[in-house]
Amino acid sequence: MQARSFDYVRPATIAQALKVLGEGGGRAKVLAGGQSLIPVLKLRLAEPRLLVDIGRIPGLAFIQERKDGLRIGAMTRHRDLEQSKLIRERYPILADTASSLGDPQVRNLGTIGGSLAHADPASDWGAALLAFETELVARGPNGTRVIPIDRFFRDTFKTALRAKELLTEIRVPKSAKRDGGAYLKLKRKTGDFATIGVAAQLGLNEKGSVAVVRIGLASVGPTPIRAKRAEEALLGRKAGPTAFAESAKAAALEARPTSDLRGSEEYKRAMVEVYARRALELATHRAGR
Amino acid sequence: MATKRRASRAKRPPPGGNGGHVISINVNGTKYTRPVEPRVLLVDFLRDDLRLTGTHVGCDTSHCGACTVLLDGEAVKSCTMLAVQADGRSVTTIEGLAQRGRLHPVQEAFKAHHGLQCGFCTPGVVLAAVDLLQRNTEPSEDEIRVAISGNLCRCTGYVNIVRSIEAAAAEVGRFEGG
Repeated sequence: MQARSFDYVRPATIAQALKVLGEGGGRAKVLAGGQSLIPVLKLRLAEPRLLVDIGRIPGLAFIQERKDGLRIGAMTRHRDLEQSKLIRERYPILADTASSLGDPQVRNLGTIGGSLAHADPASDWGAALLAFETELVARGPNGTRVIPIDRFFRDTFKTALRAKELLTEIRVPKSAKRDGGAYLKLKRKTGDFATIGVAAQLGLNEKGSVAVVRIGLASVGPTPIRAKRAEEALLGRKAGPTAFAESAKAAALEARPTSDLRGSEEYKRAMVEVYARRALELATHRAGR
Repeated sequence: MATKRRASRAKRPPPGGNGGHVISINVNGTKYTRPVEPRVLLVDFLRDDLRLTGTHVGCDTSHCGACTVLLDGEAVKSCTMLAVQADGRSVTTIEGLAQRGRLHPVQEAFKAHHGLQCGFCTPGVVLAAVDLLQRNTEPSEDEIRVAISGNLCRCTGYVNIVRSIEAAAAEVGRFEGG
């Protein structure tokens, strides 16, 4: 399989990248790690005139913890997130996500920002970051813009990013003391997209009740989605089997999977319920540490 | 399948034509400078332009891992990377593992422990194992199986591959030290 011909530039700075994107008139596409884009180009599902390779722009790959939370550079590779001690210890849900993605070779090239901007409905990062009040930082010709994750995914393969903008950073708010999260992914084999995926991040108060909770789902709609009714079913209740079962049921009901080669709608809905319950249990276990 | 691939190759325009970029890649310790069309995949550059055919094309869709090479020491799938992306970087293919006529310990272990049958997937599996052993000289069986989870083998059932990598683990440190 061979992609249709395109031109290629490798800007050295964000400013240069924005300049060529501005001149690209919507026919340019940003190349990050290429693990989603190159297969798409080979299948000719996209036929851009110009690829803007941001792989050598310094300062776009980092994992930093600040007072207000975690900051991840858009070009940070899945591998770096998977292996980061900080991520493993403080944000295990993100370590779950990174290690569930693709395979080791794909994780050596693929990036969190590239994955988000690609906006596959099965996006593991999409589901996991919906479990936080994540903010996405975009740089464009008019400066910097912060996009809340709830407004980022617009449709299948469509995001709030404009053609002249570059996603540069992901901001995950600080996790409270007694909180924990987990991302659980059902897949047929290594490297496969999620049949379904459930991300849950919750915080407990001193009585063991759920003070905050957000739940993200992958592969059950046109974009990664939040399971808001499942969150409502849990808020204020004691973290435990009864509340988890009801919340998981709600998640299954609000999921909108479609039947495909990975399973029937009914099966996927049933699996959302199972995985939501397990994700909540694991998140609570981690919060208790 | 083979015929189809050859046909698609024949349509490939000569390198250095419209949109051609000159790239320099260090492959197995030798620097190659060549004009290349931006859409050319790293695997095709290695096989067609450099005639290093030890890197195999299995699925051409990022699933099978037969095209695995090391990019600056890390395993990547060369069918899902453009040659222009490797400009200025170092690539190691299966041809580059043996040193001074001596097989790499992973290659030796595959030979000693029957870690291959037809051999088609072997270059990719070996390089994935080399990536693992560079980071972890005492991998558990689980860690080995995760490390090669992006490589498909249709002959062995993986048992002897895992044994080979276990056997190689102890040897790698010595080889690289000496």
